[in-house]
Amino acid sequence: MNCHETIDLMDLSLEDALPADARAGFAEHLDECPPCRVYLAQLTEAVRSLARLATPGRPHPGRDDLVRQFREQVKRNLN
Amino acid sequence: MRHDSWETEADRLVRLRAGDEAAFAALVEELHGPLLAFARTFTASRALTEEIVQETWLAVIRGLARFEGRSSIRTWVFSILVRRARTMAVREARQGAISAGNGRPDRGPEWSPGLGRVGLWDETPVPWHLDDPASLHQGAEALEVVNAALEALPEAQRQVVLLRDVEGHSSEEACNILQLSETNQRVLLHRGRAAVRRALDRYVRDGLRPVSRSSSGGGTEPGGGGEK
Repeated sequence: MNCHETIDLMDLSLEDALPADARAGFAEHLDECPPCRVYLAQLTEAVRSLARLATPGRPHPGRDDLVRQFREQVKRNLN
Repeated sequence: MRHDSWETEADRLVRLRAGDEAAFAALVEELHGPLLAFARTFTASRALTEEIVQETWLAVIRGLARFEGRSSIRTWVFSILVRRARTMAVREARQGAISAGNGRPDRGPEWSPGLGRVGLWDETPVPWHLDDPASLHQGAEALEVVNAALEALPEAQRQVVLLRDVEGHSSEEACNILQLSETNQRVLLHRGRAAVRRALDRYVRDGLRPVSRSSSGGGTEPGGGGEK
């Protein structure tokens, strides 16, 4: 496996979804290629940082109005 | 990555269909923030962003009775948003003023490895040598860098990265929501992640590293520690 092929598989490896027949070649390439190793480590950090941007659930000012519309729709569905 | 407090997705759908108002209110609280963040990728207009999300909720209310649960509720709600947003952003763009999306062309990755078997990069990535790697994704400043990089991405990359890495959707869900092929989704995800990595790289190496280290010369000793 060369650098190109290894980099193409990095996103799959990050979600533990490497095809079984690619695992050995992927690991072997990383063993012998420091730049790819560095790149994968940094890509992993980038993905972790992105996860920290997640928007927390929060009260929606229009929530009660939506709940009212929900109630009315449920009534309409029953009729 | 999900923190779903409901017993099962099916259970939740049954409650919603039965008109359980607490279940609906919880759905609104859980998804409103993520939907706003996602809607923002379709338009630069704040007012339109809110309108898109409001229209999405109204469509959810109308559609619940017909929703068959073939995808998760969350995926279904996000798909509704995409359809509304695309129609509404296009209409708004036609009326002038505001562009749908940021109009940046979708570029390829900014780096590429050489064609040799190992290590032949055009520009070799340099290790970050952080004493504590966690400091990177826990620091507020680094998160701002990541957020700015995300917002600067071309629209399609930004949407995929937001769904996958920020909101934690699976690749299958992201493909369904955005109507993308698996291959296309992977390419967009990788390009987006690569750009975020590069932004972090610039931040860590140009922004974090003490000036005295780079000016003291002597050069390439790898990470003798000390970056704070």
